[in-house]
Amino acid sequence: MINRNDAWTKRKEIQLKINHFSPNSLQRSLQRSASFKTYSSDLPSEYSMSRRYDSRTTIFSPEGRLYQVEYAMEAIGNAGSAIGILSKDGVVLVGEKKVTSKLLQTSASTEKMYKIDDHVACAVAGIMSDANILINTARVQAQRYTYAYQEPMPVEQLVQSLCDTKQGYTQFGGLRPFGVSFLFAGWDKNYGFQLYMSDPSGNYSGWKAAAIGSNNQAAQSMLKQDYKDEITREEAVQLALKVLSKTMDSTSLTSEKLELAEVFLSNGIVKYQVCSPGALSKLLVKFGVTQPAADAS
Amino acid sequence: MESVFGLVGKDFAIVVADSSAVHSILVHKTNEDKIMLLDSHKLMGASGETGDRAQFTEYIQKNVALYQFRNGIPLTTAAAANFTRGELATALRKNPYMVNIILAGYDKDIGPSVYFIDYIASLHKVDKAAFGYGSYFALSMMDRHYRKDMTVEEAVDLVDKVIIEIRSRLVVAPPNFVIKIVDKDGAREYAWRESIKDALVPAV
Repeated sequence: MINRNDAWTKRKEIQLKINHFSPNSLQRSLQRSASFKTYSSDLPSEYSMSRRYDSRTTIFSPEGRLYQVEYAMEAIGNAGSAIGILSKDGVVLVGEKKVTSKLLQTSASTEKMYKIDDHVACAVAGIMSDANILINTARVQAQRYTYAYQEPMPVEQLVQSLCDTKQGYTQFGGLRPFGVSFLFAGWDKNYGFQLYMSDPSGNYSGWKAAAIGSNNQAAQSMLKQDYKDEITREEAVQLALKVLSKTMDSTSLTSEKLELAEVFLSNGIVKYQVCSPGALSKLLVKFGVTQPAADAS
Repeated sequence: MESVFGLVGKDFAIVVADSSAVHSILVHKTNEDKIMLLDSHKLMGASGETGDRAQFTEYIQKNVALYQFRNGIPLTTAAAANFTRGELATALRKNPYMVNIILAGYDKDIGPSVYFIDYIASLHKVDKAAFGYGSYFALSMMDRHYRKDMTVEEAVDLVDKVIIEIRSRLVVAPPNFVIKIVDKDGAREYAWRESIKDALVPAV
């Protein structure tokens, strides 16, 4: 009996460790403890600030930080990036698929773009297994709203309800937060086309152009430079592809590494359209962000 | 006995209700307002069990207000009607509310609308609707005289015709009625049609 209990607590400890994000470099935690010497100088090094306060999502460190949430954002910084641009006649989402192995079967459906309801779609950066859970809750929320009111859910309400779920995991439980950032593209009758960005802390905000995932800061500043109000959807596609081609690590941009989706109105009805690989290749050539087919091999 | 009815005009909707609070064969008061203002552009006329009516309409009103606080935008009339229907349908399998509702509202993009919702949770978007014993007269009068493009004056004329009919042909006719209107400027009380005043409470 006692033995079994011991084994159980051990397993629980291991699970706890797995559940948490750990600082991805020793450097960071060293820097952190160095800048708060008054606290940590008289303590052994393993008791540095981040080590003492980063194991629980629900606890602030004395500097007022939630390390688990920060680590989650760090995790997203390494994920394939996604860019969203709001135009006057639609919203454009472009995502980078990380091809980790040549042997990997590329899925026929999209990996980074998900339709949440007829009028809302999202692009994901971060841990896909986490994202799947959130996407499912978002879809449930959207349908629940339509069930109650027989009307499509306003985009911001959908984003907010999802962010409430995210926020919950930074405050309750002792689990880790969701390691996912989203770009939401949608249309509703009150505010027209909208683009939102959300992070693991549950913060969200509306944007004209936004980037998540690896190199998002570089992408963000390029977007800031090149974005114009009154941009058309086609120009938005061009801008998104251009920015992604410059911020992605790989040298040549091909349709296998990309996903492009758009939300727009056709005959007054909202449409979500994913660009086929063939059409995407043509777009890349047309906008001059890649060399013609010969180079692609 | 109870009479609640409503109709859609050219750019407004109108709801009328009797104002008698009765219990068994006794009339307790004749100035009971049975048409609630749900929000700035919605009217909810209700008939049925007095307690259920008060409880349920207030519950809907508070939920509509909560939605507006949470989301910064009002519910459309259609959404409010569907929400109301949903709440009645949920209650129906547990502890049903005995209320019949005529919901009128005005939306900027849609214009005026009237919804018929009964206690067994059926919902219809209609041009004219009526509940209670008065409905036998209200429905036939409206069948005969209603037009889609009625002005406020024409609609109120029709309402008065209905009230006269109820008062003259219904054995247990209620003496007083309240008329409310909703249009682009909002929902408001339009007039009362009183044939008796409640006796004043004598000073002590």
